Amino acid sequence: MSCGVPMMNNLVILPLLIPLVTGILMGIYKNNLPLQRRVSLFSLAVNFGVSLYLVQWVAGSGIRILELGGWPAPFGIVLVLDLLAALLLTATALVGFACLLYAVHSIGEDKERHYFYPLFHFLLVGVNGSFLTGDLFNLFVFFEVMLFASYVLLSLGGTKIQLQETVKYAVINTLSSTLFVVGIAYLYSVTGTLNMAHLSVRIAEVGQAGFLTVVAVVFLIVFSLKAGLLLYFWLPGSYMAPPGAVGAIFAALLTKVGIYVIFRMYTLLFYHQPEITHWLMAVMAGLTMLLGGIGAIAQWDIRGILVYNVVISVGFIISGLVFATSDALVGAVYYTMHDIVLKALLFLLGGTVIAIAGTGKIKEMSGLIRSHPLLGWMFFLTLLALSGVPPLSGFVGKVLIIKEGLSLGSGHRGFYLLAGIGLVSSLMVLYSLLKVFINGFWGETVLSTEMEKGTERGLVFPCLLLTAVSLFLGLGAELLYPYVDQAIITMLNPGLYIEAVLGEVF
Amino acid sequence: MSVVIGLLFTIGVYLVLSKNLLRIILGTSIISHGANLLIITMGGLKNGGPALLGEGAGSFMDPLPQALILTAIVINFAMTAFLMVLAYRSYTDLGTDQIHELRGAHDE
Repeated sequence: MSCGVPMMNNLVILPLLIPLVTGILMGIYKNNLPLQRRVSLFSLAVNFGVSLYLVQWVAGSGIRILELGGWPAPFGIVLVLDLLAALLLTATALVGFACLLYAVHSIGEDKERHYFYPLFHFLLVGVNGSFLTGDLFNLFVFFEVMLFASYVLLSLGGTKIQLQETVKYAVINTLSSTLFVVGIAYLYSVTGTLNMAHLSVRIAEVGQAGFLTVVAVVFLIVFSLKAGLLLYFWLPGSYMAPPGAVGAIFAALLTKVGIYVIFRMYTLLFYHQPEITHWLMAVMAGLTMLLGGIGAIAQWDIRGILVYNVVISVGFIISGLVFATSDALVGAVYYTMHDIVLKALLFLLGGTVIAIAGTGKIKEMSGLIRSHPLLGWMFFLTLLALSGVPPLSGFVGKVLIIKEGLSLGSGHRGFYLLAGIGLVSSLMVLYSLLKVFINGFWGETVLSTEMEKGTERGLVFPCLLLTAVSLFLGLGAELLYPYVDQAIITMLNPGLYIEAVLGEVF
Repeated sequence: MSVVIGLLFTIGVYLVLSKNLLRIILGTSIISHGANLLIITMGGLKNGGPALLGEGAGSFMDPLPQALILTAIVINFAMTAFLMVLAYRSYTDLGTDQIHELRGAHDE
């Protein structure tokens, strides 16, 4: 073990352990709802604090690993905490807190009694585990933990639309998980290991010849299905079905886990043949942005517009990975964090609007800004941030990614196109969200306060919290930049990751 | 062995492509079995030894694929059970087990 303070390394498991223990406790005390609410929120707040501490710690002393069960690295399962994982853990805890706060006020006692809180925490176990693990099969297991929780959260409530969408979502994800297992089997047969650092060494040794590139493409299909990169056909339906808080946590986290794994796989393992894998990703990213944009423009339902916005941002982040210069990667990581926060915020705001108006169809609502000014202005701020207007949070990521795309364009013409699509997609985001804003918030007020179907009481605070974070991400970019800059060093130099996990031996 | 795996995948894909929800679920289950079989084949089939490496053990099996499969089987089992319940529930609530009727929005 290459670290000086082995006991301290046990901290790495905390972001996993906290939600797991909380989830189990929530399962035991399932009838004591006030207790469940308080402990859930408390646990997420603690998790956020721990993640912040981990970010500081990793930024100061480099990648930390925890060898589970004391087995040394290539033989046992390791948890690897680098700065990228730590930053995403922090964003996850923050968004989880806001969504849970929203859920406490909106989800309804019926669902709370039927294990909503345990499921929510188990979902976070899966997400955090996927960020932390350094073992490919362990990643599969954490994916399954996350997916199982999401199946149940999606169908919780049992309305017709939820059941119908859960069936499709579950079948698609079962199939992609099976493909994941197939990919693991092939990779194991070639390399004889599943530890990601060890895999990276072995793949570099044998060279990423034809067969391994095929495996890389199999993995690309698997993770594109999870992330909604081009293969997003399952996404709109299933993210539209659940209630606001659940939709928000899905939109914020589930696709991002897929993106994170794509980052890892194609910077750590399969970085030898970028002309095949990265080219494929570039095409997929471009098509994703275009099709997602067309989808968002065509929708006349708030939820529909929002879910297609999730799709667009996936394409945009992956195009940052395709450009693969250090600035573009900083942009991609920064945009990922921004997107986690903003997508949660957008879905929470959308959920609030639907709760107030009683419908998701934007043609049937109007003039909400008169009775709900705060909500309206937050929505406006969010749509500006998402379309990348400075100084809000989307700007930093967008400017870095597109700048790199344009400067690379002289080498490969295709990069001009991709950067151009990125810009056009921002306009599509702006247009689709403005459509909601103009129809929903402007115009004659058709709903008097007595006629409203629900209140915004309790729902606005989590939105305010996330708006503040979004402002911080934009205005405090100087403060955050050194961390993100350091986070992508491991993405550019797989050697650092390998050395941290395997030590000097290999 | 590869023929068996191929056969399982073929049957699974055929079932998944059908319209009946129950057949689709069985199809996913069969594909998963194919994948599990693939793992154990890829780990090297048999050389006579047990999956234990002790003092003076001449030959041994690679134990890792077996551990992987055990995990994958458990996950697959839970998944199939969940899908079955889900299919039954959606059959009673939606009144159909034909996948092509599961589209569009419902007015509640």
